[in-house]
Amino acid sequence: MNTTRLIIVAVGGQGNLLASGILGEAALLSNVPVRMSEIHGMAQRGGVVESAMLFGEGASTVISDGEADILVGFEPSETLRALKKCNKDTVVVTNLAPMPPFTVAIGKGVYPELGRLQELIRAKTGKLIAVDALELSRQAGSTLAVNMVLLGATMQTGKIPVSAENLKEAIRTKVKPAFVEINLKAFELGFAAARK
Amino acid sequence: MHKLLAGHKGRRMFLLGNEAIARGAVEAGLALGATYPGTPSSEISNSLFEMSRESDLYFEYSVNEKVALEVAAAAACSGLRSMAIMKHVGLNVAADPLLTLAYVGVKGGMVVVTADDPLMFSSQNEQDNRYYGKLAGLPVLEPSSVEEAHEMVRYAFELSEKVREPVLFRTTTRINHSTGVVTFADVAPVKTRGDFVKDPFNWVPIPAVARNLHVKLLKNLEEAEHLSESSPYNFIEGEGRWGIICNGVSYNYVRDGIKDLGIENRVKILRIGFSHPLPEKMIKKFLAGCEKVLVAEEGEPYMEEAVKAFAQEEKLTLSIKGKARELFSRLYEFEPALVRKTMANYFELSYTPAVSPDLSDIPEIPQRPPNLCAGCSHRATYYIVKRAAKGMQTIYPTDIGCYTLGILPPLAMADYLLCMGSSLGTGCGFSKATDKKVISFIGDSTFFHSGIAGLVNAIFNNHNMTLVILDNGTTAMTGHQPNPGVDMAMLNLNGYGRVSIEQVVRAIGVPVVTTIEPLKVKKSIEAVRQALEYKGVSVIISTELCTLYAKSLKLDTKRVFKIGDKCRGHRNCIDDLGCPAFFTKDGKIGIDPGLCTGCAVCAQICPENAIVPLKE
Repeated sequence: MNTTRLIIVAVGGQGNLLASGILGEAALLSNVPVRMSEIHGMAQRGGVVESAMLFGEGASTVISDGEADILVGFEPSETLRALKKCNKDTVVVTNLAPMPPFTVAIGKGVYPELGRLQELIRAKTGKLIAVDALELSRQAGSTLAVNMVLLGATMQTGKIPVSAENLKEAIRTKVKPAFVEINLKAFELGFAAARK
Repeated sequence: MHKLLAGHKGRRMFLLGNEAIARGAVEAGLALGATYPGTPSSEISNSLFEMSRESDLYFEYSVNEKVALEVAAAAACSGLRSMAIMKHVGLNVAADPLLTLAYVGVKGGMVVVTADDPLMFSSQNEQDNRYYGKLAGLPVLEPSSVEEAHEMVRYAFELSEKVREPVLFRTTTRINHSTGVVTFADVAPVKTRGDFVKDPFNWVPIPAVARNLHVKLLKNLEEAEHLSESSPYNFIEGEGRWGIICNGVSYNYVRDGIKDLGIENRVKILRIGFSHPLPEKMIKKFLAGCEKVLVAEEGEPYMEEAVKAFAQEEKLTLSIKGKARELFSRLYEFEPALVRKTMANYFELSYTPAVSPDLSDIPEIPQRPPNLCAGCSHRATYYIVKRAAKGMQTIYPTDIGCYTLGILPPLAMADYLLCMGSSLGTGCGFSKATDKKVISFIGDSTFFHSGIAGLVNAIFNNHNMTLVILDNGTTAMTGHQPNPGVDMAMLNLNGYGRVSIEQVVRAIGVPVVTTIEPLKVKKSIEAVRQALEYKGVSVIISTELCTLYAKSLKLDTKRVFKIGDKCRGHRNCIDDLGCPAFFTKDGKIGIDPGLCTGCAVCAQICPENAIVPLKE
């Protein structure tokens, strides 16, 4: 079995640790070897949270520059920042709803233009799937479900070696009961949006 | 029931390295644990503390790492299995008892977890704590994966009891914060009551005793070396005339690298998991079968130096390299591509690295540094002190906690930092070395940890400085752990005492003690100004609960604010406070109602009174 390398980048509070935890649980259910490493010390202080997940063979829990098979960005400028992890074949999934960092408000930087951002990613990688995860999460019933929308879009790439059924089962076990329905709906909306 | 207690033997769970270590300790029959929280070790302690509420385990948040280690040492000397948990720099604080505990030894198994942080994801240095094993004469174990960490903890307790010495369990961030699939073992019954047998000529290292104890330590160390030779955690795998000696996470990168480079038949690995004392015979034998050897270890050339010395003793002249300009650096952490490239370099293999896209035409992406949270009381205190000190030539020694993030503009309120508690000692020094007004900042937990002694020093030596204690009622940076000033009843935890910071400060003899509520800006500025004018030691205690902590306790009932019609665009709110709830859109200032906590500090400094509650 080959190795599939997935990087998820997000802004603290966007729920990528829950998303990666669900992916891990789904891999466990699918009997696929899985390892992950995360940098989350400053997650609650508005910094970037990065998860590296490796499915299949191998021992490392870290992904080097140029070696990600899939990059999932929960925030468009963070997707762009993580592009060094990609190569010409990488499939990129990105949210299109920006969360400008505070440095923009105090005039210490300009937020990249979204059209140009997508053009750049498309030109430099294998494929770009871009969804407005914030809008879709709203449709699902909660803007806290952005992570599930993007998980749905990620599963649509067909690159993650776990079944959608096992992933939904993992959502049911890992998410608080009151939010399961909204999260599953968000997952389905993301899954469908990425097919287009 | 806690998820780490609910699992029975054979259960497989996707666990964080730190959770795996906590589960391993419980499986080993841990009776007592003590800690001072520090990233990347904190979740071990969080898990054990939670489990202690549902089991026979005793677990405490000690005032600092030195005390934590002493608490655990006494338990181990009474025959219980104990554990002290800390980050790498915490072991500096605990080094004093550790080095003599090695002389005194233990009866019950004792494990000291030191979590190193290569690349300094959340630390002030990247010191390599394997050297503490060498310095103290204690066994060191280092896991390579989450799964191995889980089972190695049990081995660590057994080893400690065999050699009658505490064992250092050294991890790195990529073990602590990696996640893997762990298979549970049975939980051993816990021996909860120890028995201390008086034996002062073994337990009390006065010089005459210590001279004997050092002899005993060297004997124990010799026994540890025998065990290192036969330990299942030191092993050789593969076949070939090239050799790679590696430890910790480097082992994973080497294994993957061998496959990627297709050199399975040419290279053998010596994986060191029991790294002090090193298995000398095993290493010498390994060297004798190699043409050239690469040592792959993050941090310092700890193994490399020893391996070269072993080769010299055997009169072996093969090439042994590790840290070198064209090979590995002592800086930062390793990653798979770096190790693969270095292996290819050293063994002269052709290799095509993965290619990142050309990013030269990417527009500059605005930085996203970690920032004090929206509504953080530290921001208010910094603003207040800055205003009160206007016109003064100041030095702001800072300390370790969330408030160190005050280094960033627009606050820029951190001038000098060494370690936990250093704001006090360095404040004393600056007050003698310069003519500037010294205003030191320290958090409540850090004040208890190692600030008090510095304050006593300031009084005794009659320094001229002001200390601002940022009392947010918790240990916020590491995830809201208790400290001696915390009201434990708020957490529904009984049986705890509580130490008043103000009473401590007054008892030390500080003549000017001012308490402020930092969310009341004008009143606080005036109070701080008076304290700053005092020649001598003055202390300002700024009391306001951490906003995240208040939220988790459901105590946040404040109203959210918005920018009203009266705004004339002075931008004091954004430019002076730097609160992340603010944004600008089409040249206008706005407040994100999802982030605003209603602290109302911005509303108090707006010259137009334009910032008003969202709902009247």
